[in-house]
Amino acid sequence: MTVEIVKPGLATTIQDAGRPGYYNVGIPLSGALDQYSFRCANLLVGNDENAAVIECTLLAPELLFNVAAIVAVTGADATPRVNGTTAPRNESFAVQAGDKVTFDFMRLGARAYVAVAGGIDVPVILGSRSTYGLGAFGGFQGRKLAVGDKLPIGKPSAAAKAGRQLPAELAMPLPKETELRVVPGLYFHRITEASADNFFADTWAVAPEADRIGYRYKQGRPLQWRDRKQPFGAGSDPSNIVDAGYPYGSIQVPGGVEPIILHRDAVSGGGYAMIGTIISADMDKIAQMQPNYKARFVRVDMDAALAARAEYKARLDRVRKALA
Amino acid sequence: MAHHEVLSPLPGTFYRRPAPDADVFAKEGATVKAGDVIGLVEVMKQFSEVQADVGGKVVRFLVENEDAVEPGQPLVVIETA
Repeated sequence: MTVEIVKPGLATTIQDAGRPGYYNVGIPLSGALDQYSFRCANLLVGNDENAAVIECTLLAPELLFNVAAIVAVTGADATPRVNGTTAPRNESFAVQAGDKVTFDFMRLGARAYVAVAGGIDVPVILGSRSTYGLGAFGGFQGRKLAVGDKLPIGKPSAAAKAGRQLPAELAMPLPKETELRVVPGLYFHRITEASADNFFADTWAVAPEADRIGYRYKQGRPLQWRDRKQPFGAGSDPSNIVDAGYPYGSIQVPGGVEPIILHRDAVSGGGYAMIGTIISADMDKIAQMQPNYKARFVRVDMDAALAARAEYKARLDRVRKALA
Repeated sequence: MAHHEVLSPLPGTFYRRPAPDADVFAKEGATVKAGDVIGLVEVMKQFSEVQADVGGKVVRFLVENEDAVEPGQPLVVIETA
């Protein structure tokens, strides 16, 4: 009852809904970076939508199924193949024991999710099966998957069947250019007004080092900070503050040069000023950005952020109804 | 004589040499075998080898050293016998 890793891909990990509740002791959320596609994948194979799946990043793995299974692939546009024959995306399909599943390169998007009916049955640690690589726990032995790993599969539900399809209009969009909405704060007041205008006017490109910890952006104009005498305990660079908690989605700009959006494996605190926070409804979009994809930051207020969150939840409800 | 393009399997920064002061993996005009490394793609602080998927003569590189590349982007043309 296992899936074996033949080739590991670039950064393939086991993820689920995440591990909220421990940020105060330095343990981040973790979990699938694109939570929407992750949930769609589980619902397609009849799983509880929080079951653990395989998250594939930029270069997908090669998998050998040692047992017959129902599988679904969502997220990034990487065509799956069963023994070389094309299988659908956003639709559940059956594999037999001994079948090899490979993927074409990711034409669009950065993360594909492979759900197997029954879920990936790795141990639950602090309420989650998600891998936290920096902490070396969770997922499969606390690390990225490697050649020869055998992932245990849980028992499929009665709802597991091939041919369940996600309506095209409910699939995750995978644009090469996107808008990311930002609520300014907590240290937004530290940059000049002109600099804030530039930040929102410029087009930013994803840097090659963007990962689950943080997404770095480049090519916009550097920030200008308001003059001040650095307070005791803050570093000498104007982008430094006295250490503070970092919210999930917060944007820090070390040296004022390249903004970094903290994602689900980020550290929980530190000494960089956060000039704003990406709204929760837009965090999944970041997960699907390849290096060199472009973003513009759009300033919104809390009401707009909450409305976007309600819209996101309503869309997920439509998925649940469509795949029930 | 057929021309074959080797495609980048992933996005990132393309390198033709294993180190800044080293020789290129494959020179234009040289002969390569299937499986020979023709370059590296760096992304997420990891270097992935790009291998020739056919053997033949390296006709020309379509990207420069340190160019940004996309998944599926042609990197080099190989003339197969």
